[in-house]
Amino acid sequence: MFLIPRDISIYFKRRLLYDCYGCDIFPVGITVLIHTMETGKKVQPEGSEKTKEEILAERKAKKAEKAAKKSQPIKTTDHGTVTIPSDQVQSAKETTNTVKADETGKSKADLKAERRQKQEAQRAAKAASVTEGKPSVAPKAQQGKRIPDQIQADRPSVEKRLVKRCVNQKVPQLPPAERKVQLFSHLQQQERTVELLTKDLTINQSKIHPAVIKLGLQYASGIICGSNARAIALLEAFKRVISDYSTPEQKELSRDLEVSLKPCINFLKQCRPISVSMGNVIRFLKRHITNIPSEKSDVEAKKYLHEEIDKYIHENVVLAGKTICEEASKKISSGDVILTYGYSSLLLQILLKAFKEDNKKFRVIVLDSSPRSEGLQFLRRLVAFKIPSVYMLISGASYVMPEVNKVFLGAHALLANGNVMSRVGSSQVALVAKAHNVPVLVCCETHKFCDRVQTDSFVFNELGNPDDLVAAVKGKPSVHSIANWRELPQLTLLNLTYDVMPGDLVTAVITELGSVPCTSVPVVLRLKHAETVL
Amino acid sequence: MPSLESEIDGIIETFTNNLKQRKFKGSRDLALNSVQLWKKIIGQMKWQNARELMDAIKQIGKDLAETSPSETVIGNMTRRMLKIVRDEYAMLQKGKQEDSDLQESLQKILTADEVDFDYIENIPLLKPAIMEHIGEFLTELESSEIDISVQALEHIHANEIIMTIGYSKTVFAFLKTAAKDRAFQVIVAECAPFYHGHKLAADLAEARISATLIPDSAIFAMMARVNKVIIGTHSVMANGGLKAVCGTHTLALAAKHYSVPFVVCAPMFKLCPEYVCSLDQDGFNQFASPEEVLSNDEGMLVSRVNVYNPIFDYVPPELVTLFISNTGGNAPSYIYRLLSELYHPLDVLL
Repeated sequence: MFLIPRDISIYFKRRLLYDCYGCDIFPVGITVLIHTMETGKKVQPEGSEKTKEEILAERKAKKAEKAAKKSQPIKTTDHGTVTIPSDQVQSAKETTNTVKADETGKSKADLKAERRQKQEAQRAAKAASVTEGKPSVAPKAQQGKRIPDQIQADRPSVEKRLVKRCVNQKVPQLPPAERKVQLFSHLQQQERTVELLTKDLTINQSKIHPAVIKLGLQYASGIICGSNARAIALLEAFKRVISDYSTPEQKELSRDLEVSLKPCINFLKQCRPISVSMGNVIRFLKRHITNIPSEKSDVEAKKYLHEEIDKYIHENVVLAGKTICEEASKKISSGDVILTYGYSSLLLQILLKAFKEDNKKFRVIVLDSSPRSEGLQFLRRLVAFKIPSVYMLISGASYVMPEVNKVFLGAHALLANGNVMSRVGSSQVALVAKAHNVPVLVCCETHKFCDRVQTDSFVFNELGNPDDLVAAVKGKPSVHSIANWRELPQLTLLNLTYDVMPGDLVTAVITELGSVPCTSVPVVLRLKHAETVL
Repeated sequence: MPSLESEIDGIIETFTNNLKQRKFKGSRDLALNSVQLWKKIIGQMKWQNARELMDAIKQIGKDLAETSPSETVIGNMTRRMLKIVRDEYAMLQKGKQEDSDLQESLQKILTADEVDFDYIENIPLLKPAIMEHIGEFLTELESSEIDISVQALEHIHANEIIMTIGYSKTVFAFLKTAAKDRAFQVIVAECAPFYHGHKLAADLAEARISATLIPDSAIFAMMARVNKVIIGTHSVMANGGLKAVCGTHTLALAAKHYSVPFVVCAPMFKLCPEYVCSLDQDGFNQFASPEEVLSNDEGMLVSRVNVYNPIFDYVPPELVTLFISNTGGNAPSYIYRLLSELYHPLDVLL
């Protein structure tokens, strides 16, 4: 390459560069160089009018030349692109390809062939170097984990992409929240009006199966709540979708079924952000779908998938639950005072087993918090089974903790760094328990373990409906009403759903693989990955 | 004279009635009213010497405190009156004997024996001196909130996130004063089951301070982003511990976990010379109706479940970073010294 002084016009630069066609060197990056030079032109000082006049004179000369050339027939290229007449050459916006064709007199096809040769040669060279050198192991995976879209709501490009996807898949989208909480601007904050989800949804045109629509509405209105329940409901809905699915002509079930599930999953995400257990379910299902050999008929494939789903539920939820109950029940002795927080289906099973089957005499203290009041549901079931119970609000935790023997907590997910993601308030209970030297036992099945790492409750969370805070105090006249909170611009209501408990507050995690410390979570994850690969 | 005594009984009775009917809005209101009561009693009562006066004060004070045992402010004010009487007496006695400063230095306390006054001598100047002192004390009480608020700018800097719980008038005034010159955000925990936090959040928003209302369960989750915790309290115990609204202990533990400074705004009249002796808080805590926690609509549950609704929480002094009072800022370890300035050790047991 030769150096080109900056005060030469674009036209002249191109001329010089294209002259190097004469030699066999045509670097691939030439267009880049031209672009940089074009931008360099903008930076040039205006000055030197002399050269400009020179250039103009030269241009006129070229024009005359071209007019003469035009009379000669120019070979059209095989894709039949029209060559642009020469007087348009001087416009800076022209593409280099067309200019090149006119300028040098070589036909476009020849130039393309040349370029292709170069590229092939380079590709061959690269392939050779790759096989010689270190083999690149799954380069896609090494590009780094993709940051989930749910925590990038403050990036407009990501938002646009999400909107586009929803429009393409005809999935209804909830409007963004009027008053966003600044501390959580990276999370999706939407006006949670359930009616808007099905407003423009038609049955004929929609790609979403009615069972999934029903499920989505159940999630959005809180009818189905709790990670186990949500995962099982999702699997049941997918079973319906799979059984109603029929492979279109010339498409394979293993590819197309996944594609048809995408709008369903997107709809569920709009209804309520998916839980970790649901994410694991989706990943499990996708893996099994892609592994279906193409020889299998539709009926066989569907049967296979149904069996796999049933197996998943049976192994990971039912059997795991039973094993955990056995293990945890050993930890409860007669005369114990057990503290729980919120609602956990697994904990209910454990306490029931210990009380009924193992005949242990213990008391349960149930802590609860507004606005969800899940502890009340838990209390109802305990009372139905006649387990002696005490009910308090979470603010009374430090009053009651001195008489507690053990704290049992449920979990939404266990993170790879040993932290526990659970209902908001659980970490507080664990903190107070630690301050009073009371052991904290977290009960969690392994299907809720996830690869994510989090150190605080801000990075990844779900924001619930802020009006729930107002609804919780509705019937109380002594409470100052903030039903008009939207009229006060400085006031925001925050309704967090999850919080992250540091691993050192937890004494042990009871899983179906045994009682492990929090730090063993990545070990369990590795075992699970090994199982699935095999 | 019977009529005078009955008059005094009359005003005492009005006061106790108001107390029982919870007509006093907050500790400051109660403190002001009780000091005014004492002013009237001491003014109108016939007494010969300081000893008589002090015995009468002790008797009345004991009765008042028993009306509402959890309102420590009444006991505090009684003890302050006794201290005022003792101080004035001592000053007038010493003024007769010698001109020396009455500052109780540490050395004096350790080395010299306490000069045992009999308090029997009849000094005519005692009554006006006492009344004047009480008047000064009243002004101090009235300006206690402002004295705390003026210190706000020393503690709150720009763009801080401050957390608080429930509704405290002292904290509200503190934040309002700071907001005139600094921009900051406040996170308010709603403090179930009384939800006083709702009122504070609404008032802060009306005062153009950015406020976020969170449920009690989110305290630990939000603490990661908080720069300072500023709260009010019901009373400060003799060891520097707090008797505060239920949920404050959790807040203090969360602040300790994240090493966030825990600042308590409490005027001097809330300082109580009693200790918390039993950990199960039988004599310390008060309980409100369980209906606030589990509504009577849940008939099936209410009959089979025990429900507790404690009002107060004990926060040990290790969790508190700073006390801001009308006389300035103090560490919890200094509370014992403040106590000796406010109350006489012989008056602690009424």
